[in-house]
Amino acid sequence: MQRHLISAADLTRDDAVLILDTAEEMARVADRPIKKLPTLRGRTVVNLFFEDSTRTRISFEAAEKRLSADVINFTAKGSSVSKGESLKDTAQTLEAMGVDAVVIRHGASGAPYRLATSGWIDAAVINAGDGTHQHPTQALLDAFTMRRRLVGRDAGLGQDLSGRRITIVGDVLHSRVARSNVDLLHTLGAEVTLVAPPTLLPVGVDTWPCEVSYDLDSTLTKSDAVMMLRVQRERMNAAFFPTEREYSRRYGLDGDRMARMPEHAIVMHPGPMVRGMEITADVADSDRCTVIEQVTNGVSIRMAVLYLLLGGNEPAVAHPSPTTTLTTRRSAPTSELRTTEEK
Amino acid sequence: MSKTLIRGAKVLGGESQDVLIDGGTIAEVGPELWDADVTRVVEATGKILLPGLVDLHTHLREPGREDSETVLTGTRAAASGGYTSVFAMANTFPVADTAGVVEQVWRLGQESGYCDVQPIGAVTVGLEGQKLAELGAMHESAAGVTVFSDDGKCVHDAVIMRRALEYVKAFGGVVAQHAQEPRLTEGAEMNEGVVSAELGLGGWPAVAEESIIARDVLLAEHVGSRVHICHLSTAGSVEIVRWAKSRGIRVTAEVTPHHLLLTDELVRSYNPVYKVNPPLRTERDVMALREALADGTIDIVATDHAPHPQEDKDCEWAAAAMGMVGLETALSVVQETMVDTGLLDWAGVADRMSFTPARIGQAEGHGRPVSAGEPANLTLVDSAYRGPVDPAGFASRSRNTPYEGRELPGRVTHTWLRGKATLVDGKLT
Repeated sequence: MQRHLISAADLTRDDAVLILDTAEEMARVADRPIKKLPTLRGRTVVNLFFEDSTRTRISFEAAEKRLSADVINFTAKGSSVSKGESLKDTAQTLEAMGVDAVVIRHGASGAPYRLATSGWIDAAVINAGDGTHQHPTQALLDAFTMRRRLVGRDAGLGQDLSGRRITIVGDVLHSRVARSNVDLLHTLGAEVTLVAPPTLLPVGVDTWPCEVSYDLDSTLTKSDAVMMLRVQRERMNAAFFPTEREYSRRYGLDGDRMARMPEHAIVMHPGPMVRGMEITADVADSDRCTVIEQVTNGVSIRMAVLYLLLGGNEPAVAHPSPTTTLTTRRSAPTSELRTTEEK
Repeated sequence: MSKTLIRGAKVLGGESQDVLIDGGTIAEVGPELWDADVTRVVEATGKILLPGLVDLHTHLREPGREDSETVLTGTRAAASGGYTSVFAMANTFPVADTAGVVEQVWRLGQESGYCDVQPIGAVTVGLEGQKLAELGAMHESAAGVTVFSDDGKCVHDAVIMRRALEYVKAFGGVVAQHAQEPRLTEGAEMNEGVVSAELGLGGWPAVAEESIIARDVLLAEHVGSRVHICHLSTAGSVEIVRWAKSRGIRVTAEVTPHHLLLTDELVRSYNPVYKVNPPLRTERDVMALREALADGTIDIVATDHAPHPQEDKDCEWAAAAMGMVGLETALSVVQETMVDTGLLDWAGVADRMSFTPARIGQAEGHGRPVSAGEPANLTLVDSAYRGPVDPAGFASRSRNTPYEGRELPGRVTHTWLRGKATLVDGKLT
């Protein structure tokens, strides 16, 4: 991993564990009466959202504000093309205003990669979801949630997810969450199984570092965590599956299926959920379902990523070092975090 | 009349010969020629002399997209690449689906003076695939159209395709099919496979090409017509064409230089310079295409020269236009992939890039042997050269080449169009 976060596949095991450990430190800040650190004071972060996503945008914004960054929100509905201005011009305009990092959500796969590699701008680029490609902070917050639940909040520090069996169910074909999770969970040593009807798996999935199954029931009993992906109803119009009911019967998670999971196993969902489609209300509302926790953890993870990418543990008066890489910053910043905390 | 003596060139890569050009014609070919009236001597020792190249698949963009290319800039690019004849595709604005538009393109070609331009007529009105364009009128126009294509779009309706194949028999025409099943390629952005799965880009499956080719060779057999397949890109398509030819079906096929060299692995850069239709395929496909071009299953190399302005490539993948320029690098890529690999000799290159495309397109006076009495359409190649591709030096108005900075062999130094030098020492006249 360099100075950008584009794909979960770019993270080494040690990078990923460092981010998770740092996020635990950030989470402790959230438990305090004043939830704010001065570490990104004077740094400007723009949230560049070409696709509607209130949840992710607010999560990043909360993370940026807790680190005292100056935040600019830029929301452009539709693609750069329909807007008439190119991605390049938009990015260069924002950089001319002096931003240190760009958090980008874009409907086109690869748009953050282009932004980071085309020489258009110098700012650090954080991918907040691109097309059907990647959503690395989602995978990180999912891994964080799994580690907390399956290994333990304190016991998990420094640990990965070796040997944990994770099942991801649903529309893998159109899912950047699935791609990011397969990459990151594999890096962290977990055993991943994708479950979906064959129509919702990409051609080429056989080369991914995971197992693939068409049968949910046979994998549930062997899962430590089951992640349900959102399935959009309109998919059935393109013949990916016959009806909503048939999808639910074959691939939906209901109370009966959840009861067959091991006692310690958790149910996860990146949100937004389609209740009655991939998940029933009783499962969604059960205490085995971590969907709300995932939202909370998302803020901690995004704080950790911003902090590590933007050199947030430098003293406020020192020269900023946006080119610092994660790998050179391997030491967990625990002590500095505490000493720089606002009184 | 001026006389030019080309001295010591390896004609079609064979024995060194002198070639005397008198006016627009080759006067004599032989060892140690001399003529007192020679006004210009071109030292060509060690260089390869080929018949002027013929491109059956060029997008000149005029009328309509003169910001990408014009007939003049496109024919200058053609002369730079060693071409003396190019076939201009019909997907202009307005579409070349009437006698008026094809005559306009034909006339602009005549005026350019760098390369003959033979317009291709649209098969259907507006390339919409629903109603046959006036194919007979385009044939009878001054442009004398014999090749018809909706290239850019597939003639996907089986009945329309059947009728077109039948109809053009009346005047010896040929339909050139852009084989792409539209439903299977909705939202397609790159080859469907391992790389598309990882990158999250919409897949363009090989079967979308192969199913149309299979259908069309069977249609051609049924109605006794000939059919030409544009830019064939998959190993499976090669198998189908090979089968069809073995059955005696009158099918010809072309491959682009980029499909002979590049693979979908390059798309990992998300750099739209690699975005093209049909998409870059896999290593296995590339090897099958080379083998098929060598054994004649694929008849010709055609560039699919597709110029685009910078803003259409300097953007995210999804927003980018599809296509690559190719006229000025085609011969180098063919040397790299076919000649330097031992798959094809220079006589084979002359066949695949001049003789056969001229025959398929009925380009009169082009694709002729290098011998006395023939029109002096010639290309001289320095095959010993090797260097990086520099798009800044292109004659084309566009720069969307996938080869920028890549080292390629071979350089066209001279091109003659009916005895008139259009390129001298690598510089346009």
